[in-house]
Amino acid sequence: MNLGGGQTAKAMSAPSSSASLKSGDVVSDQFPAGLRVLVVDDDPTCLRILEKMLRNCLYEVTKCNRAEIALKLLRDNRNGYDIVISDVHMPDMDGFKLLEQVGLEMDLPVIMMSADDSKNVVMKGVTHGACDYLIKPVRIEALKNIWQHVVRKRKHEWKDKDFEQSGSAEEGERLVKPLEDVDYSSSATEGNWKTSKRRKDEEDEPEEKDDTSSLKKPRVVWSVELHQQFVAAVNQLGIDKAVPKKILELMNVPGLTRENVASHLQKYRLYLRRLSGVSSHQNGLNSSFMGTPEATFASMSSLGGLDLQALAATGHIPAQSLASLQALGRPTTKNSISMPMVDQRNLFSFETPKLRFGDGQQQLNNNSKQINLLHGIPTNMEPKQLASLNQSAQTFGGLNMQVNPQASQSSSLLVQMSHPMSRTQMLNENKGNHVPRLQSSIGQPILSNGIHSGVLSRNGIVDNVRGAVYNPVSQASSLVDFSINKSAELPGNSFAQVSNSGISSLTSKGIIQEEVSSEVKGSRGFIHSYDIFNELQQHKAQDWGMQNVGSTFDASQHSALQGSLDVSPSSLVQQGFSSSQKDRNVSIGDAIFSGGEGAHCNNSKFGQQFNSFVADNTLRVKAERLPDSGCQNNLFPQQFGQEDLMSALLKQQEGIGSVESEFGFDGYPLDKFPV
Amino acid sequence: MEVGQLQKSFVDYTASLFREGFLDGQFSQLQQLQDESNPDFVVEVVSLFFEDSDKLLNDLTRALDQQNIDFKKVDAHVHQLKGSSSSIGAQRVKNACVAFRNFCEEQNVEACLRCLHQVKQEYLLVKSKLETLFTLEQQIITAGGAIPMME
Repeated sequence: MNLGGGQTAKAMSAPSSSASLKSGDVVSDQFPAGLRVLVVDDDPTCLRILEKMLRNCLYEVTKCNRAEIALKLLRDNRNGYDIVISDVHMPDMDGFKLLEQVGLEMDLPVIMMSADDSKNVVMKGVTHGACDYLIKPVRIEALKNIWQHVVRKRKHEWKDKDFEQSGSAEEGERLVKPLEDVDYSSSATEGNWKTSKRRKDEEDEPEEKDDTSSLKKPRVVWSVELHQQFVAAVNQLGIDKAVPKKILELMNVPGLTRENVASHLQKYRLYLRRLSGVSSHQNGLNSSFMGTPEATFASMSSLGGLDLQALAATGHIPAQSLASLQALGRPTTKNSISMPMVDQRNLFSFETPKLRFGDGQQQLNNNSKQINLLHGIPTNMEPKQLASLNQSAQTFGGLNMQVNPQASQSSSLLVQMSHPMSRTQMLNENKGNHVPRLQSSIGQPILSNGIHSGVLSRNGIVDNVRGAVYNPVSQASSLVDFSINKSAELPGNSFAQVSNSGISSLTSKGIIQEEVSSEVKGSRGFIHSYDIFNELQQHKAQDWGMQNVGSTFDASQHSALQGSLDVSPSSLVQQGFSSSQKDRNVSIGDAIFSGGEGAHCNNSKFGQQFNSFVADNTLRVKAERLPDSGCQNNLFPQQFGQEDLMSALLKQQEGIGSVESEFGFDGYPLDKFPV
Repeated sequence: MEVGQLQKSFVDYTASLFREGFLDGQFSQLQQLQDESNPDFVVEVVSLFFEDSDKLLNDLTRALDQQNIDFKKVDAHVHQLKGSSSSIGAQRVKNACVAFRNFCEEQNVEACLRCLHQVKQEYLLVKSKLETLFTLEQQIITAGGAIPMME
């Protein structure tokens, strides 16, 4: 374990669960001693052994043998624990379910463990947003390092928070630096990711990076309503004349600062730019798209959710969802989004992530119809489709529960983003499911977050889930993948595949890249995307969040988008990324993919954030959704919702068409968007 | 027997258990976890294991005795047993469980019954061996000696 590494990390004192990490903060000398661990296992032998091991690591241990009791303990002591370790197979409640719940409600990092080391199960852990997966018998060495997950999560949250605030790029980089310094055992890819993120920050339009001084500022959650107010204000002023001060005045929201608006505006602009770039092929989409952000959300989430659900179930897309996905791919009559509104709410509120999850399947079916529409259908359709996508995305996210909202979002974002790319890009599948289309068209700002996660997950971006890291990446990858496929239709299969890959990749923040790529390849002609994906993953993990944001913006300002944005996915992603990272660990695809060790968990969070419209990315999401994260209650279901969405989106995108250069589809690295 | 001899017997016996595969590295981990604050840690954990396993084996016997065997349930039990046996380092029991699970997947009743028998055998073996080991430990302590630490 690297305690030394931890020293450089932000200070995290176990006792204060919400310690904010500041770059440069001195880590408490005690840390990680005193880390409050809750361990849940129905096997008394293992439980006792774990307890002793954790005590030897100087952690504060609470053990319980029932998941229900664990939840009760967590709920009664909201800030009483820093991390949860849970067994997978328990008689009273499935460990993954507990994982989702914890992610949603408490947004704590959760480590899964089991004697079962089969890939399916490990994958499940990843997709559900577990931040790590330990194989029994657990050795004390493995437990010594668990504090890293807590730090990572906090860091991401912190970063996201800062991100929202106006900050300097330098600060952001500084922020990134400490992360790289920290020697996380499982942060190989993370390190890469960070580097790329930093690079992206430099390359892209200067984003407002974390502002260390504003660390402690309360995060503003950009809810749907708030965002709409924002968009209305911007429209009223005119995109060119929209300055934060005036927007703030028009919005007239108490408690909102100029800085909040400024950072949100920046993201929005990027989003619009991206949309305009992406939507070269789908002009109509945007307009219609903007019209019904909610719709898109809903569809997206449902779509995402659906996939996620499937994924969650087996780590693969069940035939059913595949079928639905495929159905989605095919253009059908315009369907009204079955649950746009519902999803929308879900997206933002995450109140019923589970609900969504369960409904995901159904939604997916519904959405599929809608989604098909996206495929090439005029803008009107798009939003709806997007909504369905969202829905499905949500269902995907359902895996993480939280993911759903996010998934949909991300998918929508992806859809939007990949608008030009459309189908092929999204879904990898050559079929070019509509789903991806939807997503792009949906462009719901918030969706992007979720979608990204979902999409990402698809691609296997994996990082997103928990550490939000993967969010960006997944997006990128999904985008990339899609481009390669170029198939107009996003077959359900592709979707599934994407999800699969996404899921797997999601789990490990950035680590998985390779794995993801391979997954992608396997699934469908992702091969091309493989490279990009990796690249994307690295960069995108962060960007992902942003991308989503961008998409969401699009909805509202489609016209403005045209040619105005040169959104670089990376930049967007970066933004998103930081937030997502912060958020979560959610599961989206936490590192499990990497084999369960050192996986980063927090994909789910990422997804959540995404939904919240990215503005806060991770931070916001959480607030909105709930209490979440693991899987991502917050807007971004911690767990993978985002990733799944991403992948789902990607799948859809597949069929969508050429990848916008911005997104780097067509095998171009995200950073470069060949126009 | 004098302390020195007891201690030697203890060391040799422990070494043989490892050599013959009854115990593996995980057991050593348990021994290392034992300290002044928890002087009976190993005994405590192993006792928990015995209790739990007795129950599991009974459940397994019952489950495989049904007309319509619920293999999922059987598998769950075996998985549990696998987890706990691996946690204390009862290697042969764990290996028997692994084989058992494979047959559960295949839903091969005959093979499952054979595996159950095998698991029980291994379990009883390691149980008696560990009990012998603990008795030796106790004798050493009673004779005023210290338990030798194993590598």
